[in-house]
Amino acid sequence: MSSAWEVVIGLEIHAQLATSSKIFSGASTAYGAEPNTQACLVDLGYPGVLPVLNEEVVRMATMFGLAVNATVATRSVFARKNYFYPDLPKGYQISQFELPIVEHGELFITDADGNEKRIGITRAHLEEDAGKSVHEGFEQSSGIDLNRTGTPLLEIVSEPDLRSAKEAIAYMRKIHTIVRYLGISDGNMQEGSFRCDANVSVRPRGQEELGTRAELKNLNSFRFIEKAINFEIERQIELIEDGGEVVQETRLYDSDKDETRSMRSKEEANDYRYFPDPDLLPVEIDAAYIEAVRETLPELPAAKQQRFVADYGLREDDAGILVAVRAFADFFEDVVASTQGKAQGVANFVIGDLAGALNRDGLDIEQSPVSAAALAALLDRIRDNTISGKIAKEVFEAMWAGEGTADEIIEAKGLRQITDSSAIEAIVDKVIEANPGQVAEYKAGKDKLIGFFVGQVMKETGGKANPGQVNQILKQKLG
Amino acid sequence: MSRDLHSQTLTELAAGLERGDFSSVELTEDLLGRIDSHDAALNAFVTVTAERALAAAKSSDEARAAGNAGVLNGLPLVHKDIFCTRDVLTTCGSRMLENFISPYDATVVGKLAGAGAVVLGKTNMDEFAMGSSNETSYFGPVKNPWDLDCSPGGSSGGSAAAVAARLAPAGTGTDTGGSIRQPAALTGTVGLKPTYGRVSRYGMIAFASSLDQAGVITRSSADAALLLGVMAGFDERDSTSIDHPVPDYTAALSGSIKGLRVGVVRQHFDDGLDEKTGAAVHEALAVLEANGAKLTEVDMPNLDLSVPTYYVVAPAECSSNLSRFDGVRFGHRAENPEDLLDLYCRSRGEGFGAEVKRRIMTGTYVLSAGYYDAYYLKAQQVRHLIADDFHKAFENVDVIAGPTSPTPAFKLGDKTDDPITMYLNDIYTIGANLAGLPGMSTPCGFVDGLPVGLHLVAPHWGEETLLRCAHQYEQLTDWHKACPEDFS
Repeated sequence: MSSAWEVVIGLEIHAQLATSSKIFSGASTAYGAEPNTQACLVDLGYPGVLPVLNEEVVRMATMFGLAVNATVATRSVFARKNYFYPDLPKGYQISQFELPIVEHGELFITDADGNEKRIGITRAHLEEDAGKSVHEGFEQSSGIDLNRTGTPLLEIVSEPDLRSAKEAIAYMRKIHTIVRYLGISDGNMQEGSFRCDANVSVRPRGQEELGTRAELKNLNSFRFIEKAINFEIERQIELIEDGGEVVQETRLYDSDKDETRSMRSKEEANDYRYFPDPDLLPVEIDAAYIEAVRETLPELPAAKQQRFVADYGLREDDAGILVAVRAFADFFEDVVASTQGKAQGVANFVIGDLAGALNRDGLDIEQSPVSAAALAALLDRIRDNTISGKIAKEVFEAMWAGEGTADEIIEAKGLRQITDSSAIEAIVDKVIEANPGQVAEYKAGKDKLIGFFVGQVMKETGGKANPGQVNQILKQKLG
Repeated sequence: MSRDLHSQTLTELAAGLERGDFSSVELTEDLLGRIDSHDAALNAFVTVTAERALAAAKSSDEARAAGNAGVLNGLPLVHKDIFCTRDVLTTCGSRMLENFISPYDATVVGKLAGAGAVVLGKTNMDEFAMGSSNETSYFGPVKNPWDLDCSPGGSSGGSAAAVAARLAPAGTGTDTGGSIRQPAALTGTVGLKPTYGRVSRYGMIAFASSLDQAGVITRSSADAALLLGVMAGFDERDSTSIDHPVPDYTAALSGSIKGLRVGVVRQHFDDGLDEKTGAAVHEALAVLEANGAKLTEVDMPNLDLSVPTYYVVAPAECSSNLSRFDGVRFGHRAENPEDLLDLYCRSRGEGFGAEVKRRIMTGTYVLSAGYYDAYYLKAQQVRHLIADDFHKAFENVDVIAGPTSPTPAFKLGDKTDDPITMYLNDIYTIGANLAGLPGMSTPCGFVDGLPVGLHLVAPHWGEETLLRCAHQYEQLTDWHKACPEDFS
């Protein structure tokens, strides 16, 4: 990418709020039901029906505002955004326009140079989701599924502070982590509970004025967002460098072709005719309410990461990985609390072996077949030299497969470490005898060959010899 | 046993049922018979629910026999066709909803049924309540029982005509700018629009949400008090309904008007008012004064702004409220649409009448980017000024009295080509809607054989004052007892 250009990105993230009923009706928000079975008369926009605000969404938006150090408005107003679309039953979407519930927030990401960078959050407002048009299985017509209609959304709008696709992803991941920590969204991107539109523009480096932006829609995975933004950046730069001009438009990302294409231009854009919804009263909350919600805030990821570094002596990046998912951090702490092993060792195992196994089997931490207590017991066996770290991986796999506890598996498979010096010495002697050439080379100064000898001893013992002892005895004997 | 049941008021009928003079089935049959023979001339009904009414009457008679009589047990009434009524056609006077069977009951419908009321049918109305003459109805205009060539007013013209013609003792209505009070005045009936938020709007098809309020059309203030007591109250399904105690409205009737401070608005008697109508209203004020009320002149400097303000706010809200009628889920749907746009354009083009389209267009315009501040926002500011005029006036008076409508009933077809003149019909009533105040009209005389209404407005939650003032006036006069000759 040409360094003559500066990239400017702002994100609009839609987080579905984890309420059991809809934002303005009592219908269920559960995902995946038969079409139109979870839409009541209010959702269907029947003549005469009226919306009634689900107070839970106010609490959730307040939590979010507090978590990103924002101003939570004591008075916010629902407005109607008017446009016609078959999956929008009332012909308007109830949203917040002039007076949103959350404004002036911020969060911090790490930029490419490793520095902390502040990203402003312009606003976060409450709104209802629309339904879905279904085209598959219909000929000459489309189906409408209104189950999603009225599902509560928090739209989180960033300042145009992001300077690369990587920063955009880092910001989005932070938001994703925060909403899940707060328990206000499940953040499930496949089901569309967490999605994003990106406003992307480029300008000559050093120029104050912003370039013309394109809005990218349909971004429903971190990978696609990064690809779409990068494609769009290159498209815009190429266009300008070839003497063209970027036009303000909405572009759709096609993940199959890895490209964005024009959906509608500004000229075709709707005039939404926003006005305050006369069916709903302004949302009024007081400072006491906001403080009561503040009391319920959990420890947030940034604070947790700092604590992990300070209290457990973890490396900063490892702490960052652990806190990204609240349940994951909790699991780590549970293991630390019940093992004699060092916290960094626990972190290594959790980030490496455990996360790898979860990933491989497509499981969440809550579904791990190895509990925190069971893992702690395994790590204790490393700590007390019953097994080596390498053997521990084998034991872990057996535990994962449900073969028993760490101790049961170590016994059943005879994996107990050989710590008897005379037994190790005998094997070392055997290895030295069998490899005279390497011994000569080693003695001539090729120190690296020590690894070869350790490997041979381990091979002879099925990996069960204590590596420290093997090293020590080898060095002694090879002189 | 009295066989002229139809001439009795709701209160009288309630006493008769209680005494066992007649059954609800007899009463219902009597009124259904009258509807059958008289409605062809009036066109007051869109739907007559004879079978359901008789079944409900039978149940209410059984409930009474079992000692479970509700407040309105066995009493017949009619609903304006704007109230969703379960399993019954609910058209809102529009081709758009010509075939719409509501799957649910409006709160008002449910409450009245719960108290034992028997619904005779659904009454004709201006399309989506947009009109002051009942001429915008897809189902044809309603005729005024006092002169079949005249309009009964609107938009609740069907309920007003049915009550005036003794086809039903009472009817529900809705009032967005005068749609209960003006037809009540033009048909010689009593019309009450409560404080905004007093009665739930749930299930009442929305015209202008911030102005719409459900109320009643009856033959006496006592009857209005009886019904309001049942209809009023907070509804958790309507966020704009207000949790305010519901008083005993019937008990409020019996107070005296001695010392009642009655404000007379100077601007009400300006040029726009028909001279004879003004004279009748002055006479009514004199009756109040002679019986102890104190008349005080009050100033409403922004009165002339109420009609233009209304015709920005109401269309703005209606343009959005009526967007749901798109031919996709219910209501009229164009045949063989070429594509989505064609489906929308033709369904709405065919389903809505001219006045509804005019207001949707006006409302869309005033909300558009670049015009919002100049029209909608400005109108909301003026709305506050008008409300302030009322609040100032109510510092010195308990109730404001004047004409309900500038003229008596006008001939059908007379004003249909001139929307502005039609809109000016509501000049005296619109202010109460813009300010959310309760208003009432009660008969106060005749001009050339056509009824005239006395309009009363009270501060928020002042329904008791209105009812007491109107009821006491009715005790001193007989105007509300007059019956159109052909319907006696």
